[in-house]
Amino acid sequence: MAAARTESLRDAYGQTLVEIGRSDPGVVVLDADLSGSTRTALFGKQFPDRFFNVGVMEPTMMTMAAGLALGGRTVYASTFAIFAAGQAYNAVRQSICYNHANVKIVATHGGLLVGGDGGTHQMLEDVGLMRGLPGMSVIVPADGPTTRAATRAVAEFDGPAYIRLTRENLPTVTDGTFALGRAGELRGGSDLTLIAVGALVARALEVAEELHKVGVEARVLDFASIKPFDEKALLRAARDTGAILTLEEHTVLTGLGALVASTTSETYPVPIRRLGVPDVFGESGEPWALLDRFGLSKERALEEAWELLRMRGKVQ
Amino acid sequence: MESAVGRSRIEELAGRALEVRRDVIRMTYTAGSGHPGGSLSVTDLVTALMFAELRIDPANPNWPDRDRLVLSKGHAAPALYSAMALRGFLPRDELLSLRRIGSRLQGHVDRNKLPGIEASTGCLGQGVGMAVGMALDGRLAGRSGRVYTIIGDGECQAGLTWEALMAGGHYRLDNLVVILDRNRFETDGATEDIMGIEPITDKFRAFRYETLDIDGHDLGAILAAFDHARATRGRPTAIVARTVKGKGVSFMENQFAYHGKPPTKTEAERALIELGTTL
Ligand SMILES: Cc1ncc(C[n+]2csc(CCOP(=O)(O)OP(=O)(O)O)c2C)c(N)n1
Repeated sequence: MAAARTESLRDAYGQTLVEIGRSDPGVVVLDADLSGSTRTALFGKQFPDRFFNVGVMEPTMMTMAAGLALGGRTVYASTFAIFAAGQAYNAVRQSICYNHANVKIVATHGGLLVGGDGGTHQMLEDVGLMRGLPGMSVIVPADGPTTRAATRAVAEFDGPAYIRLTRENLPTVTDGTFALGRAGELRGGSDLTLIAVGALVARALEVAEELHKVGVEARVLDFASIKPFDEKALLRAARDTGAILTLEEHTVLTGLGALVASTTSETYPVPIRRLGVPDVFGESGEPWALLDRFGLSKERALEEAWELLRMRGKVQ
Repeated sequence: MESAVGRSRIEELAGRALEVRRDVIRMTYTAGSGHPGGSLSVTDLVTALMFAELRIDPANPNWPDRDRLVLSKGHAAPALYSAMALRGFLPRDELLSLRRIGSRLQGHVDRNKLPGIEASTGCLGQGVGMAVGMALDGRLAGRSGRVYTIIGDGECQAGLTWEALMAGGHYRLDNLVVILDRNRFETDGATEDIMGIEPITDKFRAFRYETLDIDGHDLGAILAAFDHARATRGRPTAIVARTVKGKGVSFMENQFAYHGKPPTKTEAERALIELGTTL
């Protein structure tokens, strides 16, 4: 784990967009004055006629994206998550989702790892907002390979999608075999299941490794595809391991943890702990130190894991 | 014709503005992130407000009759923090805590962390609306305090900005002053290349603003514009301040690359030499 290769998810996205632009001459990309940061500038450089940097107008960018898509095109629209899911929410809801427009929103800078810009920019509610929209697919990649695969996968179907990317480089933890609606099992185990998305998938693997050292085998599921999600894999995890810890860089109120807890409570209730950001806004700081400050440290995750194991009577 | 008193007042303000520019470089360099370009362009405007225009009291930041400043382009926080420190709202040695964990100096201004900040901002397009609300509140309560807001030119692409400006004109808020930092650049390039906002003074006039067009680095012109706004009745004032992004640091001037990128150590040293000091 220690020497894992890290990669910029934004670079992976931008490079993949260029490849998609080459193979599909109809694809159009929009951005709202953040094209250097989101990396859509790479597409803009190659295909200036099919790139629209509309300036600081995120809601209108989304309505324009819908208009372009309603004529039959595949449209990608990018900005930071706070603006894509926050500023532009109702444009996404009505113009894109209600119309079932073929717009792929790729939002960068999700979560606390935005760092210095602070709480105004650290979007912690987007997964909840976006998965609540009928017809919207929601994907939170853990690494570069998944980002590449997801950027391509959303072009394969007609309809809206939201991909949330992290600003910081992340270690490669998957083999990039992403499929919509399928969970990736990154580690086998039957004592407990760790389900994670995004930056916290690597953390879940670290936790599983620590547990392994003391003879506890944790299954690790990458839930990059949050909607649609892998209900079978979740049910299997509940049945086989009897306890689930979720890990996400998002408010616990409405994200992955809420999804897992509400689903299993109806299908196969087991003890669940949700590791995520509590009901507060983020703040400025060094990105990785912020994860610790907001309760997402490896140590906290381990404590939660041991608590679950005690609840299941697997340890004293 | 300027009096000797007027001249010395301008010189004093210019000295403060220079201090602010030095702080902006030190703060963004130390933080390793932040927005030097748009902080340096608003420096003279913020300094003039803080030292010559706003009726505020650092010892009593919540004084009800005070004037209020909403920094709608909240990413220019370093300039405002520095001017506030010089004015006595916070210790100057706190400035280098910008963007650190636990700091009151968040990346974008935060009213719940730092007394003297009137409204938290950071997501563009929301400052004018809050300023309109404050101006309405002041009028309803019969308070004398005036409301000032600083917006960016990229921010003028946002529909929210124009909705709020429309409301300010509609309600004839003559206690409201909107200051546009017209530095011609946003994150990805020149505003007129990305999404043109011209003719901008005509737009403000059409939205029923007493509209002034000034050099945003000419402190005398800035003070005169504030005087004009105070004397204007029956409508709000818009000051289109022509500025230079990165003003005062030669290699940052008119370079949008320094919109959201801090100086490296070498760059910070070079910048501070230009500003007559060292790191
Ligand atoms: C709603 C919103 N969209 C995008 C951003 C990201 N952003 C921060 S500053 C900026 C450029 C703003 O340009 P301008 O208003 O001209 O600022 P200035 O050049 O004066 O710094 C952008 C796009 C934001 N803060 N808020």
